[in-house]
Amino acid sequence: MITLQVNGKTLDLNVEPDMPLLWALRDEAGMLGTKYGCGIAQCGACTVHVEGEPVRSCVMPVSAVVGKKITTIEGISAKGMNAVQKAWVEHEVPQCGYCQTGMIMAATALLAKKPKPTDKDIDEAMTNLCRCGTYARVRKAIHAAAGQLNKAAPAVKKA
Amino acid sequence: MKKTSSLAMRNSDQRSSFDPSEPATGLNRGRTEGGMNRREFLKASAAAGGGLSLQFSFPLLAKPGAAQATEVTAWVVIHPDETVAIRIARSEMGQGTMTALAQLVAEELECDWGKVKAEFASPNEHVRRKRIWGSMSTGGSAGVRASQDYVRKGGAAARHMLVTAAAVEWGVPTYECKVEKGVITHPETRRSTTYGKVAAKAATYAPPKDITLKDPKDWKIAGKPVKRLDIPDKVLGKPVFGVDAKVPGMLHASIAQCPVFGGKVKSVDSAAAEKMRGVKKIVREENFVAVVADNWWRADQALKQVKIEWDAGANGNVSDESIDKLFREGLAATNLPDARKMGDTATALASAAKVIEAEYSSPYLNHATMEPQTCTAWFKPDGTLEVWTSTQNAEASMAAASEVAGIPQEKIEVHKPMLGGGFGRRGAPQDFVRQGVAIAKQMPGTPVKMMWNREEDMQHGFYRPASLVQMKAGLDKDGNVVALHTKIACPSILALVRPEGIQKGIDFSAVRSFNDMTYTIPNQQVDYAMKNPHVPVGFWRAPGLQNAHYRECFIDELAHAAGKEPLAFRLTMMKPDDKNRRVLEAAAKAANWGSPLPAGVFRGIAQADGFGSFSAMVAEVSVSAAGELKIHRIVFAIDSGHVVNPDTCAAQAESNVVYGLGALLYQAHKVKDGRIQESNFHDFPLPKLTDMPKVETVLVPSGGFWGGHGEPGILALTPAICNAIFAATGKRIRTLPLKVEDLKKA
Ligand code: FES
Ligand code: FES
Repeated sequence: MITLQVNGKTLDLNVEPDMPLLWALRDEAGMLGTKYGCGIAQCGACTVHVEGEPVRSCVMPVSAVVGKKITTIEGISAKGMNAVQKAWVEHEVPQCGYCQTGMIMAATALLAKKPKPTDKDIDEAMTNLCRCGTYARVRKAIHAAAGQLNKAAPAVKKA
Repeated sequence: MKKTSSLAMRNSDQRSSFDPSEPATGLNRGRTEGGMNRREFLKASAAAGGGLSLQFSFPLLAKPGAAQATEVTAWVVIHPDETVAIRIARSEMGQGTMTALAQLVAEELECDWGKVKAEFASPNEHVRRKRIWGSMSTGGSAGVRASQDYVRKGGAAARHMLVTAAAVEWGVPTYECKVEKGVITHPETRRSTTYGKVAAKAATYAPPKDITLKDPKDWKIAGKPVKRLDIPDKVLGKPVFGVDAKVPGMLHASIAQCPVFGGKVKSVDSAAAEKMRGVKKIVREENFVAVVADNWWRADQALKQVKIEWDAGANGNVSDESIDKLFREGLAATNLPDARKMGDTATALASAAKVIEAEYSSPYLNHATMEPQTCTAWFKPDGTLEVWTSTQNAEASMAAASEVAGIPQEKIEVHKPMLGGGFGRRGAPQDFVRQGVAIAKQMPGTPVKMMWNREEDMQHGFYRPASLVQMKAGLDKDGNVVALHTKIACPSILALVRPEGIQKGIDFSAVRSFNDMTYTIPNQQVDYAMKNPHVPVGFWRAPGLQNAHYRECFIDELAHAAGKEPLAFRLTMMKPDDKNRRVLEAAAKAANWGSPLPAGVFRGIAQADGFGSFSAMVAEVSVSAAGELKIHRIVFAIDSGHVVNPDTCAAQAESNVVYGLGALLYQAHKVKDGRIQESNFHDFPLPKLTDMPKVETVLVPSGGFWGGHGEPGILALTPAICNAIFAATGKRIRTLPLKVEDLKKA
């Protein structure tokens, strides 16, 4: 039996120590917001927070996170949406949305550490992959969530 | 191709009338073909559903037949609390079609957009109601353009019926009633009611036959950048995707197919795997092995312990070299079918002042949807089957499930959740549905969710075809192009998915952009060598896009050879009323084409039409001495006739840029020993956030037609960039993806 602290709750899971956290979350705890994309720490779809740090849960054995504070997309905001999620809605970031919970986890961790991130900070922190190509909006929404969005030119012009 | 409106189908024998003096006859009209009225039908559907309950459906989807909701037309369901559920037949894979279609229905319905919910039409009900929602296929950037007419009519008809119900109640003529945001008023007598209150009565009327749709210039909801309906659930991490299907008692499966396409299972030793924790069953089929376990990771771990011997069949030696040889044999043939023949190309080339030749090629590419292929299937004790799958074509999924299960479609429900990307992978093939159903069939009563691991997904795609193209053009002494001879060696997608679509040896998707090009070159010849290696090919975002790339790069070569400026060179080959001309000019204008740039920055331009739209791009790039490419800016102009949601269009433009950049910068599949060599994102990289250039989208809708947005934005991207690279370096990139070595200063 493995005991995990997820989103402020204690989860007793009957899993082997080497099961990646991703699969304990998805198939044992039934928390489906965290996604599988590659299984080899390449894409970030599986990003969760461990003690506030973004972690790729597909390569994180549950045994390594016992006793640590784990946060998933389901627990990222106590009520409703957090500032990142709100900015994501406002700037219509997601397309298919599959990578987006991982993106939001990475962005939330970035803003917790650097409330006013520069573009370079964003470049370094946001290494998640998005096949739909939402990157420009990811960047914009992070700046918006940080309250530092200048009224930039709209992305679309109607001639 | 014009689709029959569902309204017309159901009312061909009925005269359209909304004269409130005739309500009594109206009551008898709302009959389905089976003779039930809609309310009866809804009830009956719920009952007949028995085994087809949607109780494990996704939260985003409203439940059909929910208490007292009234279906007014097939597209519009009104709830007593004034919520308007708009039925969506096409799939949502991030392209925004769900919202755009809802906008079109809501526009004609005159309802309150704030009360609109979208719900996917049930494929089972679709079958039983004789395809009342038209095509469910979602591809070719056609979700909106191919259904806009009948969905708008569905909304308009509902409005007529709702207003009529109020007018009848009040005993006033319908034309005196007004409607705004779902509130119907009769100003003269100051009466007012709402859609929710009159819906039940409205549903008893027959939809009108002759419907006048709004002039798009009067649109209030359509044409506006309203927020997409699917986004809130997606940022909250709600389980909306195919891989999120969750059914009590469900098991999980991971599968392995023969690495050599078309190979079969020869022998299986699963002794070790069977003993592993959580493993419930090893499924062996003719061409794959699956492990079913109580957790997907356990299934996948156990699968790796199954010793499978494959019979690779005849293709175990196929390689990039053998494929190139095959393509070259194809191009060497003399009797190739013509995809286009205009004038006398051979004679014109023989007498040309200058002849330019070039050969271009590109590799196979995986769609690499971020959500791997998946299908959950459940053979229920009552003989019905439920399937959950991320599909671009629920009707094809239904047919595939029915065939494998041996169960008639009337007894199958296919739940169509959100797709974690599609790009063409999840439409025609339906391999994942066949597999998911075959696995569950071996465990009747137990729901099984199959998901491919990334390696399987990378190595068992339906790839963007590799191709090899040779172009030969003749210029006259003034630098005008007098002839263009194009020879295309490219696998046929239709040969695999729809052979009946091949006409006279031509697969349109292999020759487009050449056989339909807009340039007024007097002598044109396009030869097609259909060469089909065993690597499966499929519709990959903008099928045939390689040709737009080759053509627009080669046109740039010709402009250079003619000593002409590439924009003007193109414009002289376009008719005055060519819509391509307008977008090319719009892109050039927005990019200040011809104006000075910072030192080291260069521009390239390209244009292409396709998927109903006309588009052009200008790229600004710089290349360092070390060969590093920086893309400073992309300006994209598109004329899609009408625009339903400008923000979604801009998002699609950005999406196309990133998708195209993958092909330009990073991606190529190598074929060796009959199999794809790459296995995951480390060797088939996707562009990253740091690769994202500034993209400016310029919408120039000229009205009068409906073009798509999901794919056109990728067509002109790679040629615009490669042409800019040439301007910067003097180097022509004729094989993708480009390599740093190609760009280093000699
Ligand atoms: S699934 Fe974990 S990084 Fe891709
Ligand atoms: S939104 Fe589709 S993969 Fe990122």
